[in-house]
Amino acid sequence: MASMAAAVPFWRAAGMTYITYSNICASLVRGCLKEPYRSEAAAREKVHFAVSKWANGKPEKSSIRSDSHAE
Amino acid sequence: MYRHASRRLIQALGDGGRRRSFSTDLPAASSEDAAFVEAWRKVAPSIDPPKTPLAFMKPRPPTPSSIPSKLTVNFVLPYQSEISNKEVDMVIVPATTGQMGVLPGHVATIAELKPGVLSVHEGNEVTKYFVSSGFAFIHANSVTDIVAVEAVPVDRIDPSLVQKGLADFTQKLNSTTTDLEKAEAQIGVDVHSALNAALSG
Repeated sequence: MASMAAAVPFWRAAGMTYITYSNICASLVRGCLKEPYRSEAAAREKVHFAVSKWANGKPEKSSIRSDSHAE
Repeated sequence: MYRHASRRLIQALGDGGRRRSFSTDLPAASSEDAAFVEAWRKVAPSIDPPKTPLAFMKPRPPTPSSIPSKLTVNFVLPYQSEISNKEVDMVIVPATTGQMGVLPGHVATIAELKPGVLSVHEGNEVTKYFVSSGFAFIHANSVTDIVAVEAVPVDRIDPSLVQKGLADFTQKLNSTTTDLEKAEAQIGVDVHSALNAALSG
C-alpha cells in the first residue's frame, strides 16, 4: 500500500488532461514543419462537430463547431 | 503497511494457478467462436454464419523460450501506419524517463513518450522520426507497438520556425500568470527545445 502518490506531471497539476497535452504537443510540432508538409498537416487538425443539449427527451439547440484546432 | 505484505505474498504464491497470464503466454485462440457458430446453426441452418472479429485477428506470436534475434516493430499514427511488422535490430524511444533503447528480448514495458526523436536501427541504416507524444508498448515476445499522435522525419522540420517558437514561448512563460497558461507555455518550451535538440543531434 503506497503512502505516497507518484509525482504528478506539471500539466496535470495545472488541470490539463493527457489528451489535451498530447494534442497541444502535436499541433505545435505541425506548426514547425517545412512548407508542403505544413499545409498537409493543417488539414489534419480540422474538426467538425455539432453539439446539442437535451432536455425532456428533446434536443434543445444545436451548435455546430467547425474550425481548426485552436492552440 | 508492511504487515499485510507477507500475508499477501503467501496468498499470491499459494494460488499460483489463478494468476492471470500475459496475452502472449496464452495459446493462440481459435479463429472461430465455436459456441456462436453452433447457436447460429440452430437458428438459421441454411445461412452461413458471419465471421466474428475474432476470425479476422491474427493471434499474437507466443513468447519464445530463447531471445529472438530481431525486434518486430509496429509504429502507427492516427492517420497512417508508418511501420508495420518490420523486423529491426533496435529501436530507441524517447520515454519520459529518458531515451530508452529496446533490443530483442527486452522486458515487457509500457512507456509514455515525451516529445523527442525515435530512431529505428536496421543493419547499418537508421531512420529517425520526431515524435510529438504517445506510448510504446514492448511485449514479452519482442513485438513493439509504438503509437504517436504526430511523427515526422527529422528533415521535415523547419529550423527558423523552431527558433521563433522557442523564443515566443520562453517569453510567454515569463509573462503569464494563471496555472493553465503557464502549463501551456511550458509545454511550448519543452516541445520546441526537443525539436531544437533533434535538429542539431
